[in-house]
Amino acid sequence: MYADKPLNKFLSSLAVNGVLALICLLWTIPTIGLLVSSFRDRLDINSTGWWTIFPHQDWVKVAELRPEEGVDRNTPMTLGGVTHTFEEFRDGVQVGNQRYKWIGNRRIGYVQVQEYRWTANTDFTLENYRQVLAGGNYTATLKDGTTVTELGDDMSGSFLNSLAVAIPSTVIPIALAAFAAYGFAWMRFPGRKMLFILVVALLVVPLQVALVPILRDFVTLGINGTFLAVWLAHTGFGLPLATYLLYNYISELPRDIFESAFIDGASHFTIFAQLVLPLAVPALASFAIFQFLWVWNDYLVGLIFIGATPGSQLVTMRLAEIVGSRGQDWHLLTAGAFITMLLPLTVFFSLQRFFVRGLLAGSVKG
Amino acid sequence: MATSSSPSAPPGAWGRTAIALVPLLATLAGLGWGFLILRDLQVPQLVLVLLAIVWGVGGMVLLFTTANFFAEQLPGPWIARVQAWIFVGPAMLMLIWALALPAVRTVIISLYDSIGTKFIGLDNYLGVFTDANMLTVFRNNLLWMIFGTAFTVSLGLLVAVLSDRSRFETLAKGLIFMPMAISFVGAGVIWNFIYAVRPADGAQIGLLNAFWVALGGQPEAWTAFFQPWNNFFLIVIVIWLQTGYSMVLFSAAIKGISTEILEAARVDGANEVQVFFQIMIPMIMGTIITVTTTIVIFTLKIFDVVIVMTGGQYGTSVIATEFYRQYFTYNNDGYGSAIAVVLFIAVIPVMVYNLRQFAQPEAF
Repeated sequence: MYADKPLNKFLSSLAVNGVLALICLLWTIPTIGLLVSSFRDRLDINSTGWWTIFPHQDWVKVAELRPEEGVDRNTPMTLGGVTHTFEEFRDGVQVGNQRYKWIGNRRIGYVQVQEYRWTANTDFTLENYRQVLAGGNYTATLKDGTTVTELGDDMSGSFLNSLAVAIPSTVIPIALAAFAAYGFAWMRFPGRKMLFILVVALLVVPLQVALVPILRDFVTLGINGTFLAVWLAHTGFGLPLATYLLYNYISELPRDIFESAFIDGASHFTIFAQLVLPLAVPALASFAIFQFLWVWNDYLVGLIFIGATPGSQLVTMRLAEIVGSRGQDWHLLTAGAFITMLLPLTVFFSLQRFFVRGLLAGSVKG
Repeated sequence: MATSSSPSAPPGAWGRTAIALVPLLATLAGLGWGFLILRDLQVPQLVLVLLAIVWGVGGMVLLFTTANFFAEQLPGPWIARVQAWIFVGPAMLMLIWALALPAVRTVIISLYDSIGTKFIGLDNYLGVFTDANMLTVFRNNLLWMIFGTAFTVSLGLLVAVLSDRSRFETLAKGLIFMPMAISFVGAGVIWNFIYAVRPADGAQIGLLNAFWVALGGQPEAWTAFFQPWNNFFLIVIVIWLQTGYSMVLFSAAIKGISTEILEAARVDGANEVQVFFQIMIPMIMGTIITVTTTIVIFTLKIFDVVIVMTGGQYGTSVIATEFYRQYFTYNNDGYGSAIAVVLFIAVIPVMVYNLRQFAQPEAF
């Protein structure tokens, strides 16, 4: 009975870690597949799965045999000492440990001699990234030496635009919310309670409801299609949560600090700027990360208020456009998608602990 | 809060106030002028972007500073009255303009015809609820709500419980949480690549079809012609994206349960399954409700994943994409707004429930 205990413990820990590892693997594979593919040659992406970069057994080409000029390809042909019809070669002919396989069509094709052995598909390239980032025309050199000239996708330009949208759209709502949170927590004014209830109620208004009226206002004001329009929209949509979370934090700061500051003659503004803001840094920072990720990853708000204005598109819009117009160009899609993920993933992994803890600070109280 | 100023205004105080208004007005004028210049400026993009950021962030700081400077120069009792609105006012104005009024305005637009000139009462709503296409849309939203929520919540709970007993907790949680940092469009590309389909005679480049063919199946276009199951292949994406969120909240709640209670149960002979269902679950019920509510709201509003993966075609349209299509593609303002209002009404019960939750100080 007692002798079983260490074994049981080992088995249960094995089961726990095994299931956990399986789930983690399932969760990571999609992203890994994308990352690996983005570095592969476009011919490779379209002919083999990304997992062929790992060692595996497959038919590998060792030689090429071309029928001589004038050979009738509708009758059996003799190539490398074996005679077969086109149809038989097309299906592959086994000779010893080699396979003779017809590549291409009947008229201009040829026979490839292949051997079944261990192989790994490890031709990596940065060409995809160069093309996606480039503006204007871009000439790509493929694995087989051919060159293709296509329009670049100007992801570098839209990366800058996304920064221009995301930074103010993070700072402005947080500043407004911090002022409001301080006001709700430490100032007395008529309508205080009603307004705070309104803030909480607006937490769950779907932003789709608001898009059209806001769009009409922007058109009237003549600012539709500008960065300012997107900032204002993101500010409005981010404010309920920001105000609610920051209120939770700021209202629980110790009362004594405020009282002694007032006795010293400090004004509300001084207290806010010099006492409350530094004290609220953890809450401000964690919400900032959250809002930044949300704004950077947003597609709908940008799509509606910046629209298809060339030159001011955001990374998500640019990517969605590649999906729509060149949905089978996987070399561009994978590289483009990874570029949009680069900044949020960096932010996430460098500030992960902060982010997770900060998210909790708000939600646990909720 | 008491203020340090005396209640009666000294003579000449209003004059000082008028002068204090100057920086505020100058800031406003300067920002407006800056906007006009920036809008038409022809400079390298990097410069323009930096200038725009400085204009936006700096402008806001300047506005708050000058407005407060103005408020503090007001005669005595006015300081507190005006300053409260300088603190709360901008946020409230933005909220009312961006969310409260639009909600009301959308309701009004939904009572008019497609170009917004003729009042037609509830006709749009009648159309919404009788259109066969809309019934598919509602069915899809229901699928999203039920399956998206159920899997996100239960998988999050499972990972939280498992990682709590594992030595690799931080690593595991980091990996599961990572998709939260990925945009829906990016996730769309990732999953499109997994679902990619090739003719049966060539090699499959999509992971799912590669497996499926290896097991002896025929290549399948999972998100297109595989109806109505294609909806589930889209729901999987949101489960992948959101499980990290529910996991983090459950993990915190589980760590909040005192180990003594769990140990006591184990000493009394309860096995791990009983401990989980009869002790852990009831003790973290508050969190389960909170997480479920958020995810229900989230799945009701789902938009990006569907629009990126299928564009709402192949019977995968949901309320939000249908609204977008009616309003922006067909310019069917009234009908589109009616769809948005239906979405809003669907969220109201959840909202009322949430408000009650907020009223309780210890929801957890």
